[in-house]
This record gives sequence, structure tokens and C-alpha cells, in this order.
Amino acid sequence: MARRNPSAGDGTATAATAPQTPWLSRPLKWVSARAPLHLALIALALLWSIPTLALLASSFREPTAIASTGWWNIIKEPFDLTLGNYNEVLGKRGMERAFFNSLIITVPATALSILVASFTAYAFAWMRFPGRNALFLIVVALLVVPVQMTIIPVLQLYVDLTVETKLPLVGGNLFGINSFPGMWVAHTAYGIPFAVFLLRNFFGGLPRDLFESAYLDGASDLGVFFRIVLPLSLPALAALAIFQFLWVWNDLLLALILMGDPSVRPMTVQIQTLVSSFGTNYQVLTAAAFISMILPLAVFFALQRYFVQGILAGSVKG
Amino acid sequence: MIGRRWWVPWLWLAPGLALLVVFLIYPVIDTFRRSFLDGKSEDFVGLDNYEFIINNPNPLVADTHSALLNNFMWLTVFTVITVVLGLVIAVLTARVRYEAVAKSAIFIPMAISFVAAAVIWRFMYEINADIGTVNAVVTSAGLERTAWLQDTGAPQTWLTDVGPDDLPQPFQINNFSLIMVGVWMWTGFAMIVLSAGLKGISTEVLEAARVDGANEWQIFSRVILPILSPTIVVVATTLVIQALKKFDLVFVLTGGRFDTDVVATLFFKQFFQNGEFGQGAALAVVLLLFVVPVMVIGIRRFQFQEETR
Repeated sequence: MARRNPSAGDGTATAATAPQTPWLSRPLKWVSARAPLHLALIALALLWSIPTLALLASSFREPTAIASTGWWNIIKEPFDLTLGNYNEVLGKRGMERAFFNSLIITVPATALSILVASFTAYAFAWMRFPGRNALFLIVVALLVVPVQMTIIPVLQLYVDLTVETKLPLVGGNLFGINSFPGMWVAHTAYGIPFAVFLLRNFFGGLPRDLFESAYLDGASDLGVFFRIVLPLSLPALAALAIFQFLWVWNDLLLALILMGDPSVRPMTVQIQTLVSSFGTNYQVLTAAAFISMILPLAVFFALQRYFVQGILAGSVKG
Repeated sequence: MIGRRWWVPWLWLAPGLALLVVFLIYPVIDTFRRSFLDGKSEDFVGLDNYEFIINNPNPLVADTHSALLNNFMWLTVFTVITVVLGLVIAVLTARVRYEAVAKSAIFIPMAISFVAAAVIWRFMYEINADIGTVNAVVTSAGLERTAWLQDTGAPQTWLTDVGPDDLPQPFQINNFSLIMVGVWMWTGFAMIVLSAGLKGISTEVLEAARVDGANEWQIFSRVILPILSPTIVVVATTLVIQALKKFDLVFVLTGGRFDTDVVATLFFKQFFQNGEFGQGAALAVVLLLFVVPVMVIGIRRFQFQEETR
């Protein structure tokens, strides 16, 4: 798909043999033929970025400026920028604690869900047992269950199971309501259908010979799993890690219901509280919203190469 | 593979299946049970809760018809626009050298939480044209500004001042405003998956088509689209499921006010705010029933994949 369509007169040979030639050296005619393509693409990219850029620009403006003029005035008044909004958010409103709470919830939840789902997906991909296909279909079908639907039974269960011993280091209860391990287990469970779906596709695509020779050499299931399957599936695991990280980090519903206590509240709940109490007080909201975006964006940019490959593995085979 | 004891696979499956039973399968069964009980989940009421959804006796508190129609709107408009845009962008980015930059710009909204997105879009849709970006653009184009998230009027009344004041729901301006935010967030997903699919098409196939004298449009419609169709099905299925489950965006942007409720937000309202467990549960079951056709397609696809493996 990397091949371009050269306009008449450019000659197909050039395009086929030297696709890497800088566009500047191309004839003007060729450039003009491609101008609409570039214009459309740049326009779309800009359109998609404007809302986020507006938020970024606003977060550095004085509260009075935000309330009276549009973010685009930042060009006219480039020296009136301030870090005051960030100071206010990080200092006074428990946002720092919320940031760490989000981190404490997200990292173990992501790791745990990938581990559990890998075990399940490996069994579905390479072991034979009665009811395998039916069971796999049920797991995939659970993708469609809305989380809200499960809230009441899970909440009841968590209330019953709450252990009010304080967890060392990170705080919160040992399990149940207002508990980090409770959130890890819940997010792992909700992540399993998608994770198993993606990983089974990928594990199943690994060459059969690899397994047979390993078993002939006397390798155990665990040995094959940790030494062959997981290392070879790194792209898929990385893709899954990004998705799971984004979903857990950005989750509001579960956190709202299971993590109500201010000491264990993640970012999303904290910002939601700000939204309801400072409905139109943009200066606090803009900075808070942007702080909540920094880590997911960093993770996305760090892993985006794997991400594209991993998705490729899951979907193209079909 | 051979000679493994019969219980070994179950040992591997156990942690995952146990979690699924507790967190997903049992709640589904429990919801189903509650949908036949009254508001406090005590007495059996038969199909009353489902009649409530069909007859819509109390539209001021819980407008079930409006929620169903709005969900249908999401299902069609959101899915179609997102898939088409994702496909167009995937095809276009494959032809330029700044592919990674362009893709990142489109994908970033996917990494943003619904709460942050709500802050962003309240800001974008702000009624004051000096602050709100959308209204600034609209007024500088000589059109009337509007409250994008509250306006329940039909789109053509805003554009032209002709026609009826209110088209029947769900053709409301604020519904479209919400759906556009959804499109903004999910186009990146469609683009990434479809463009991965595009990369999987061998260049020989495309070259052969070119040698045979096909033009770019013919290559796209007769070669790329058919090869890509399984991937398009994956993307569309995911988006349909997203549209059906749509909750967060509506919840944080309008809270379902101004007739923007969808089934999932109405379920939340009845279940958690109005204390009507039975009606809430019935709404959730209806949501699951909508998903059955999607599941059937998914199962067919899975069986096809198994056979061709």
C-alpha cells in the first residue's frame, strides 16, 4: 500500500523503483496532483487536534482571560501565560494524591490482566478439551456486557468481602470497597474478554512446528509458555498493554462506585468532582484534565510502534 | 500435546474463568432475574418492567422511547461515520511521508479519558462565541450561535429557519453534538486497525492490478475493499458494541438531560438514582438482546477463522 499513484508523465518506473525520492525533486505537476491529498489530510489532522490544543492553550492562561476571550487569543498575548492553574490544581485539590492513586490502580491491574488472560488464551489456542469452542464463544460474547449491568452484584460482593485492614505502603483497605487490590481484581476480570480474544488469535497464529519440537525435547507446558509463546507474542502483548492501560486509567464508573473515599480516589473521579462543583470554572478544569492526559499520551507514544504491529497480528489474519 | 492429563487445560483456564463467572456471568444472570421483580427486587411482577419500556408511561422521569431512538441514532450515525472516516484516513496516510505524525494526531483523542473529553467539549461547545470555539467559527461564518449540548431543535431549523420546529426524536442538534464527540474519540481506533489491515495487502496484488490498467479508484473498490472486508467487519462490530454500550460520554456531557438519554444512561438512572431496580434491569436486558445479532455475526466469523487456520 506504500506505493503511490504517479500522475501521467511522471513515469511508473520512478515510482516503482525509487519510492523514497524526496518530493521536492519531483516535477511540479506531480506535486500539484497530490496537493488535494495533502490538504485533506492536514486539514483532518488539524481538525482532530484543535480540541486538545484548545485545552492545552487554555490551561496556561489567566483565569480572567479564559473567562473573557477564546483560547486562540494566546497568539496575541503570548507573554500573559501562567503556571498558576497547574499550581492551584496540584496544590490545593488533592490532585497529586489522585495521580498516584491512578498509577497504583493502573499498573498492577494492567500486568495482572495480561498474565491471567495469557494463561486462558494459551489453553484456548493450544490445548484440546471438551467444549473448547463453545467456551471460547461465551468468553468473547461477554465483550458486549455493559459494566454498569454488573455493578450491583459486584458492589454487594465487595461490601461483604471488605477487609478494613490498612494496606501497607499504598493505603486503602486490604480488599473490597476503597481497596487497591479490589480494583486490580475487578479491572482484570473486565479486561479478560477482549484480552483473550486478541491473544488467542495471536497465539493460535504461531507456527505449530515450534511447539511440536519443544514438546519432543521434553519441554513442559509452562516452559513452552514462558520461553516460546510469551517472547514471540511481544507485539500483541504490548498492544494489549496500551489498551488495558488506557481503559483502566480512564475508567470512571468502577472507580466512582468502588473507590469513593478521597484518600484512594483516582484522577477521573477527582476531575468528575471538580466538574460537578466548578461547572464553568474552566481554569481549574483545563489544568486538571491535561494532567490526567499526560501519562496515557506518554505511554501511547512510547509503545505506538508495537501497538500497530500488535493490532496487525490480531486482525489481519481473519 | 499428547499425553497431557485431562485436568491440565482446566488448570490453565481456572483463574480467568473464575473471574468471568464472578464479575460477568453471575451479574448477567442476576440482572435477568431482577428484570422480572419489582422496584425493590422483592415481588415477582412478570413482564411489567418490559411493558414499562414498551408503553413508556412516565416520559418525564424515564423516557424509554427517546432512549431507544437515541441509541439507534448512535448505532447508525456513529458507526457509519467512524468507519468511513477511519478508512479514508487509513488510505490517505499510507500515501504520505508524515504518516506517523498524522496518525498520532488522529489517535490522541482515543487516549483521553471521557472526563477530560467532557472538559474539552464543554469548552468547545460553550454558548459564548467569544470563548466557545464551535460558536466562534459558526458566528464568523454568519450563522446563529447555539447551545450545542442543550439545543433539542432539529438541525435544519438551525441552518435555515424553515421546516418544523421539532423533528421527531432523535433528530436533535444536541444528539449530533454528542455523536460527533464519539466520532472524534473513536476514529483513531478505526484508522489504526484498518491501516494495519492495509499494510497486510501484498504490493504484488496492487502492482498486478496496475499493470492490468486499473485506475486508483478501481484498485480501491475492487482490490483493497474486498481484501480488507474482514478487518472492516472487526472494526464495525467493535464500534456497534461501543455504540450500544455508550454511557460515559452522555453521562459526563449532558447527564442524559435535554432528551439525550441512551439506554445505558437510562438504566443507570433507574437503577442507581430512582431506585427502580426492576425497570433498570429490564433496560439492561434489552441492551443485551440488541447485541445478539452482533454476536451471531461474530460467531460466524470465528468459525470461519477456525476452519481456515
